Order: sequence, then structure tokens, then C-alpha cells
Amino acid sequence: MDATILARIQFAFTAGFHFLFPPLTIGMAWILVVFMGRWKKTGEEFWRETARFWTKLFTVSFAVGVATGLTMEFQFGMNWADYSRFVGDIFGAPLAAEGIFSFFLESTFLGVLIFGWNRFSPKMLWFASLMVAVGSTLSALWIIIANSWMQTPAGFEIMGNRAVLTDFFAAALNPSTLPRYLHTVNAALMTGAFFVVGVSAWYLIKKRHFRFASESLKLGLIVAVLATIGQLLNGHYSAVQVTYTQPEKLAAMEGQFETQKGAGLFLFGLPDAEAEKTHFRVEIPKALSLLATGDPNAEIKGLKAFPKEDRPPVLATFASFHIMVGLWSLFAAYVAVGLYLMKKGRLYDQPLFLKASVAMVPLPFIANEFGWMAAEVGRQPWAVYHVIRTKDAVSTNVSAGEILFSLLVYAAVYGLLFFLWTYLLRKLIRKGPALDDAQGKEVTP
Amino acid sequence: MMTLQIVWFLLVGVLLVGYAVLDGFDLGVGFWHLFTKKDEHRRVLLRSIGPFWDGNEVWLITGGGALFAAFPPVYASVFSGFYLALFLVLMALIFRAVAIEFRSQEEGKRWRNFFDWAFSIGSLVPALVYGVAIGNLLGGVPLDAGGDYHGGLFGLLNPYALLIGVVGLMMFATHGALWIGFKTEGELSEKALNWARIAFFAYAGLFVLAAVVSLATQPQHLENYKEMPVLWILPVLALAGFAVLGLLILKRRAFHAFLASAALIALLFLLVAAAIFPALVPAVDPKLSLTAFNSSSSKLTLSWMLGIAIVGMPFVLGYTVWVYRSFAGVVKADDEGYGH
Repeated sequence: MDATILARIQFAFTAGFHFLFPPLTIGMAWILVVFMGRWKKTGEEFWRETARFWTKLFTVSFAVGVATGLTMEFQFGMNWADYSRFVGDIFGAPLAAEGIFSFFLESTFLGVLIFGWNRFSPKMLWFASLMVAVGSTLSALWIIIANSWMQTPAGFEIMGNRAVLTDFFAAALNPSTLPRYLHTVNAALMTGAFFVVGVSAWYLIKKRHFRFASESLKLGLIVAVLATIGQLLNGHYSAVQVTYTQPEKLAAMEGQFETQKGAGLFLFGLPDAEAEKTHFRVEIPKALSLLATGDPNAEIKGLKAFPKEDRPPVLATFASFHIMVGLWSLFAAYVAVGLYLMKKGRLYDQPLFLKASVAMVPLPFIANEFGWMAAEVGRQPWAVYHVIRTKDAVSTNVSAGEILFSLLVYAAVYGLLFFLWTYLLRKLIRKGPALDDAQGKEVTP
Repeated sequence: MMTLQIVWFLLVGVLLVGYAVLDGFDLGVGFWHLFTKKDEHRRVLLRSIGPFWDGNEVWLITGGGALFAAFPPVYASVFSGFYLALFLVLMALIFRAVAIEFRSQEEGKRWRNFFDWAFSIGSLVPALVYGVAIGNLLGGVPLDAGGDYHGGLFGLLNPYALLIGVVGLMMFATHGALWIGFKTEGELSEKALNWARIAFFAYAGLFVLAAVVSLATQPQHLENYKEMPVLWILPVLALAGFAVLGLLILKRRAFHAFLASAALIALLFLLVAAAIFPALVPAVDPKLSLTAFNSSSSKLTLSWMLGIAIVGMPFVLGYTVWVYRSFAGVVKADDEGYGH
């Protein structure tokens, strides 16, 4: 295998693994702020221990996120030296800004949150949790700015063999920055919310910590409902942006080969890049044109409108996009049931619903991964859309052997990290919050 | 434009000094971690760096980001050229980060033992490799016309670079031992001051050796000093710094010695910067060196970055100082932590 393929596998693997954690911690951070806020307001031991318990789960996940995030910062230079030289004038700044504005903030105040329970006032600890949430949410902004510039580059010109910044705001707020940022943060809220809901549901099934579990489940579910509705809007906003700025990607996500007016939406299908058509289609007529542009008869470009060497891998893009959207439908159905039960006051005693809640926990992670794949595979064959090809971005002085070796070590080490992470989560969840069950059962709704 | 380039040469240096001074002590703590067998001591060691190490490591991340933004060809050449060395550092930092957070979550002996080793090796490797990297820069990197280095890992492990690497390791070991010296009490603190004494003598002795070898084999680095004789104050101050540091360590004044050690680290960076300026990566063929002037980003990018730094860094410094003050004082075994 050549170095480019291996470098791409390595990037996909390390970024995909890393991307399990930030969405979880960003989403959880905001839920933590609410619990901390209630403790600050009531001074009640119950809220203190509730916030503390979620902080512990947060910390374990955050640690793995930080550890695997380091790899990302180094990897551009290590495997993608020619990319780094080419785009450094623009791409480096958001990474540096992320450090200055976000990483310092979140890591410093997380230290306060872990070590300061006996040292600081509830108000101070609440503030620390807010800073962790703000910091981590801001870090997503900077990295999305950098990544969105790869999708829809703006505010630069090519001078010799590099892209040079001409307009900072045009580059930072390029056409896809805002929709992709909202979409991603929204996904993070869903991930955190479903996690909190699932863990709480487990306690309810086990009949432990009733008050803790029901309060957590309620808050988690409210966030999940809002975020799932929000994702309908933000996901749509993102797709519309892709239609106008990256038509090849839209065509690949939708499996459209022919350019046509009044294009149908494929709910299912099997795109075949060789035969240039999508088999086994289940189609809603005109729906794609309507959704993407607001006009059922608008023209949607198909992949055939683009030279073969400029088309993204259609099957992977189509499949990952459809899995993501399909999972959203499942989330929507679930939160609809949850909302109904909440209204009926039966949220905490429906075993089937509680079991489903536990089973939902991994799904937002999977949706995140596939959404990210649709976005990044759909960008191919470009590293920076229409500016530099992926194959021209790789380090020329790093051998395939070196990349293969590091890839294998990453696989082993990340496998171990994953095991440790799930092991510790399980252990902490089994142990539960430092509230005795009697205290928990006292207050029933 | 030249002013901006010089400013960014200095600012990247400031970030690296920030990293070396701050993360330096927690790397140093990791270096000594296995030298005490008691679980209670090890818990205190981890607890002493607990609220700080993560923020300290951000100096490296920000330094890397700033290097990428301000001098992209330097970031690209160093990170791709020193590939396996950096990969080793990455693995070490990953294990270390996880070890610090996970070690005390579980009672089992084997669990704790595994993470004790992970923390210690994970601290030792970067502490050594950073110096080796600087040694390679000082010795000159065989860059080709495209700015690439092809020598692989073993090309980096030459005797001169290894010597600088060990100087760096002893620097961090001294720094870390002094941190333990004033952040803990009783037996552990006494032990640490003995460690500091041993590490200091190695640090000072090897520094003098490295200085002599450098003067003999790398005369090109004296050019800046010849042009601006006022720079000779730096080596004089450095020697004075070693003397003061040694004296304070012998007098067992851990906190003051720690401050002296921090100042000395900054001085040594300045010494190296003054020797290689304007090069960030001195090449064997000086024409191919990557310098602040031939490898920088555009004026617009450097200006924006400067703005970002001016707006952001005061906040960072502000709450960093606040956290250090809030968690000031001696650490005890039963203090709040990751779990016991």
C-alpha cells in the first residue's frame, strides 16, 4: 500500500476515534452546568452529589478526548507536511486560537472541578463548570472553522505554492462554517443528552437512586427532545449549504448520477460508481429538489456533470449519509415516545421505554461518526475543495513503513484506551452517586 | 514585516518556555515517580500536579498551533522529519495523560503498578526527546532543497544530540524534584531534595560539557554573539543561575530553588534562541535553513495571530495564576482527587 492510502487510513482512524469523545463531553458539559446551577441555587446535598457523579463520568471521557486530541494537532505536520506548507497561512491560525481561547480554559477549569470540591464555593464550582462548557463548545468552533475552510475555502489567493490569507473574516466565516458548527454542536448535545438519559434509565431499571435517576433522566430527555428537533433544522441548513457550495458532495450523498429537474429523494439505494447509476431505489418524487432548494422543480446536478477524477466515492458517502439520517428518524421516534410518557407522568416506570433508553446510548456516537464520514469522504478527492488534492497533500519524506508501523501502534493503544474507558465508565456507573438509596427513595414524584 | 517575523520568533519561544517551565515540573515529577515505593507517596505526587498538568500541556498544543500558523514550513519539516521521535512523544503523552487520571480509580495493585509505569515512562520519554530535538537543531539538520529531512529516527540519535537530550532530562528532573520538595512535606519532601541535589549536579556538569562541546564543534552559533557582544550576558547569567540554583538546593530552600530553576530554564532557551536566530531550523547547508524570514506566514496572518495572542493570553495568564494560587500549599494524601 502506498503512503497516501496509509496516511488517510491513519487520519480516518485517529480522527474517528477522537471524535467519539468531544461530542459526548461538550453535550454533557452543559447538562453539568444545569446540575451545578441547581446546587448553587438550593445548596442541597442531593444536587451536589448529582453534579459530582456526572463530573466523574465527564472527567474519564474528557481524559481520553484530550489524550487522543494531541495526535490530531501533530498529525498534520507528521503525515501531511505538504498540506501544512500549502495551507499553513490559513489553517494554522484556528488551531492556535483553539489553544489560546479554548484548551487553556477547559483544562484549567476542569482541574478546579476535579480538585476543588472541598476548596471552593458552589458558586465558584458552578462558574468552573460553565467555563468548561464554554471552552469545549468554543473549541468546536475553531476546529470547525479549520475544517470548513477545507470544505468551502474562502478569503485567500494562491501565491506560488501556497494559499495566502487575504481576508480573515471571509476565511473564518466561510460559507459552511456556521451551518456545520450548529449541526455539530447540536449533535454534541444529542450525544450528551442520550448518554445521561441512558445511564439514568439503567438506575431506574435496577431500582436504585430513584430521585437522582429520575431528575437526570428528565433533564436529559428535555435536552434530547430539543436537540433532536433542532437537528432537523440544523441538518437541513447544512444540506442546503452543501447543495449550493459542494454540488458533487450532495450528488454523492444522495446517489444522484443524472442532472435533472425535479429530482427525487432516494430513501434507499445502492449507488454503483462503475455503472453510474443507483440500483434498488426507493424514491420520493421531486423531494430532493424541494428539500435542497425549496422548489420541487429545481435542477439538481448529478455526478455525471463532473469529471470522473473529481467525484467523491459515491457508495461510502451515500451510505454514511443515509445511516446518519436514518438514525435521526429513530431518535425522533424515541423522543416522541419520551415526550408522550413525560406528559402522562409515566416516564419512570415503563420498563420497555427504559430499556430502549439504555440501548440508545451508543447510537448518537454512531450517527456522529457517519455524519463526519459523509462530510469528509464527500469532500474527496480534495484535501481542500477544488484547491489541493489529497494525494498532493501527504508528506513525501515519511515512508509507508513508518506510517504502517505508527498505524498499528495507534490501533493497539486506542483499543486499550477504549477498553479502559468503557471499563471505568461501567465501574463508576455501577458504584453510582454518593447518595444512599434511602435518601433517593424518600422523595417520589 | 520583519518586526512581525521577529515578534513571532520570540512568541513561539515564549510558548515553548511556558511549556518547559510549567509542564517541565510535572514531567520531572513523573521522572521520580517510581523512585518511591509507597502508594501514599505516589498518590501525593500525582495529587501535587493534578490541578495543573493538563493546563500545562496546553502550552505545547498552543505552541504547536502557533508554529503551524506562524511558520508553516517549519512545522511541516520538523513534524514530518522527526516522525518517529514525535510519534514516541505522542504515545508517551497519551499514556501519561490517561495514567494520571485513571491510576487512582482502582485499588488493585497491578492496575496501579501499570499506570505508575505508564506515568513515569510517559514523562521520561518526552523529557528526553525534547532535548534531543534541540540538540539536532543546534547540530544542524540535513534538510534538502524542499525543506525535507530524510534521515529517519536513527539519524537523530547522534552523540551530540543525545548529550543535549540528557541535559534536558536532568533539567526537568531537577525542576520536578524541587516542585515535590515544596509541595509535599516530611519524608517525601526530604527525599525529593536529595533527588534534586543529585539531578542538579548531573544537570550542571553535563551543561558545562555540552557548552564546551558546542563551542568546539558548532562555531557557527557564535556569529550572533560576535555581532552583538551584549548577548554574552546570557551565558554569564546562565552560569550565575546555575550557581544560585546549586546554592539554594544545598541550603534546601525548595521553593526559591524552584523559582531559580524556572528562570534558568528560560535563560537556557534564550541562550539557544540567540545562537540560532533567525533560523528556527538551522540546516547543515546554511542556505537551506528555515528562518523567521524565509519561512513565515503572510503579514496578514501574523498580524491577526498577534491580535489573537494579545486578546487571549492575558486571560490565560490571569486564570492560570489564579489556579496556582488557589491550590497553593502543601498537598496531603487525603486531599480531594481523582478517587482513592
